[in-house]
Amino acid sequence: MSTSAVNPKKRTGPVIFSEYNSGDGIKKAFSLKREDILFELKESKLKGRGGAGFPTSSKWMLTAAASSDKKFLICNADEGEPGTFKDRVLLQEYPELVFDGMVIGGYTIGAKYGIVYLRGEYEYIYESLQFYLQSMRKRNFLGNNILGSNFSFDIKIHLGAGAYVCGEETALIESLEGERGEPRNRPPYPVNTGYMGYPTVVNNVETLAAVPHIVCKSGKWFKKFGTDKSTGSKLFSVSGDCNKPGVYELPWGITIRELLNIVEAENTKAVQVGGASGICIPKSGFDRKLGYEDAATGGSVIVFNEKRNMLQVLKNFMEFFVEESCGQCTPCRIGNVKLLEGVEKIEKGNYTFSYINTLKELGNTMKVASKCGLGQSSPNSFISILENFKDEIFKSNGANNDRVG
Amino acid sequence: MLTLEKNSLSEEIEELVSLYGENRGSLLEILGAIEKKYGYISEFAQQEVARLLNIHPVEVYSFISFFSFLHSKPQGRNMVRMCKTIACNMKGADNISAVIEKELGIKFGETTKNRRVTLEYTNCLGMCDCAPAMLVNGKIYTNLDVEKAIKIINELK
Ligand SMILES: Cc1cc2nc3c(=O)[nH]c(=O)nc-3n(C[C@H](O)[C@H](O)[C@H](O)COP(=O)(O)O)c2cc1C
Ligand code: SF4
Ligand code: FES
Repeated sequence: MSTSAVNPKKRTGPVIFSEYNSGDGIKKAFSLKREDILFELKESKLKGRGGAGFPTSSKWMLTAAASSDKKFLICNADEGEPGTFKDRVLLQEYPELVFDGMVIGGYTIGAKYGIVYLRGEYEYIYESLQFYLQSMRKRNFLGNNILGSNFSFDIKIHLGAGAYVCGEETALIESLEGERGEPRNRPPYPVNTGYMGYPTVVNNVETLAAVPHIVCKSGKWFKKFGTDKSTGSKLFSVSGDCNKPGVYELPWGITIRELLNIVEAENTKAVQVGGASGICIPKSGFDRKLGYEDAATGGSVIVFNEKRNMLQVLKNFMEFFVEESCGQCTPCRIGNVKLLEGVEKIEKGNYTFSYINTLKELGNTMKVASKCGLGQSSPNSFISILENFKDEIFKSNGANNDRVG
Repeated sequence: MLTLEKNSLSEEIEELVSLYGENRGSLLEILGAIEKKYGYISEFAQQEVARLLNIHPVEVYSFISFFSFLHSKPQGRNMVRMCKTIACNMKGADNISAVIEKELGIKFGETTKNRRVTLEYTNCLGMCDCAPAMLVNGKIYTNLDVEKAIKIINELK
């Protein structure tokens, strides 16, 4: 549970950062039947750590059940949500967990090919990952007939090229197929029609890193941690106004207040949970629990102290979405521009309250009418910040609030 | 471009295509490799890639234009990407950016006349716990302050 200082293996935590020896999960998996692995995974109630929270066992079962001569397993290492950096820490310090998780996944669903989609921004860890894969091949944890079994599996690393939306699984697949990274309509889902049309599992780095632990220590052990709906632990990436920013492994269900104490945050005014796509929680909500059932997050927790101007925070988020929208569908392409415009008008005191309400309605429309998670979630921060900090925002920017912008 | 250069670039692209596979699915890898070596993907290179993968050059161009790390115009010898997302912004990234602009006499989005440096803004680099952060030619620098950032930039060849 230390901070970001590169200090491999000095971290401790209940699940992910607990004791594990490279290869143990693979050996154990090979001694089990595929159904047994799926059973343990189901028992663990592990849900996706990439944000959407889909049950991992269901995804794997669907792909395992699909009949096809080729299947793929993709590790989503595109980590682009503002304030998220735990996948980088896993890849740099715990590659054995991520790659063993991929081999186990391949074995379970019947895939021979694994792909790591590594964001272009992380190119500087590409070589060390290749080196690690090579060492796995030497030990026969990868390649043909792994550990003398009849199962063969290998992993390739693809580099992204700087597009947040390519973290969305179907956009990711599009870009791997040589198309612009524009999300697809769903259904069909990747579990049936994924990479090159073949059944494909896409999992977040942290989801895969949990798998070897579950295989070695059982699903029952895993769900001892966390809450009923959010089992296990979570890696939180904490940044902003606190004395100890960094990656922390904590059981799901911990309250925001408890987390703030751990990271030594003082005079905290607000916490953004879930990155720019998430929600902004004011002091009155600090007893809320982090978990799928309450305040959900793919890991990003950004802390703001009393001195921060929340309208400027919101402006930074909206600029992010305007830049990162793929522009494929109208609610998101135009909507985010309108919301940013709104923030700029508030900044200048150039607004009426009916205009603000229209913008909030627009936000709600975007949530339902956008094609992918980007446009569906970008209004979250707009709505929650204007709602939770309306006194601060409208009092200090109210100079000409009788004029319509 | 001289014919000789063209020929050697064609050969290089042919090698890349045979390395990554003669299909559209190799586009990201092939273009990534060209960008890495030359800092951009020239019109001629785009045409060659299109020809070898049997797709229309416009599709190659459209692909390039989608990704912020791929360019169809020449860039500076050094690519500086400054994070401007929230965690870095909170730790003074905008001030550092302003000083860098002044030092180089260009704005973000521009390249110095002598082609030494291109400045680009980028979104969250996944280094928010050691903000502000920037990438210089793919290498990460963190916990920046004005002094540190200027030193890094001025040492670029
Ligand atoms: C705009 C957008 C960006 C996303 N970025 C990521 C990402 O960087 N990493 C990730 O694992 N999932 C990301 N996702 C979620 C993926 O679409 C997908 O749900 C996830 O990779 C599934 O893995 P999991 O079930 O293990 O969480 C993103 C979704 C959207 C809409
Ligand atoms: S919601 Fe936004 S990012 Fe998603 S498909 Fe539509 S325009 Fe593209
Ligand atoms: S906000 Fe700059 S690295 Fe995350």
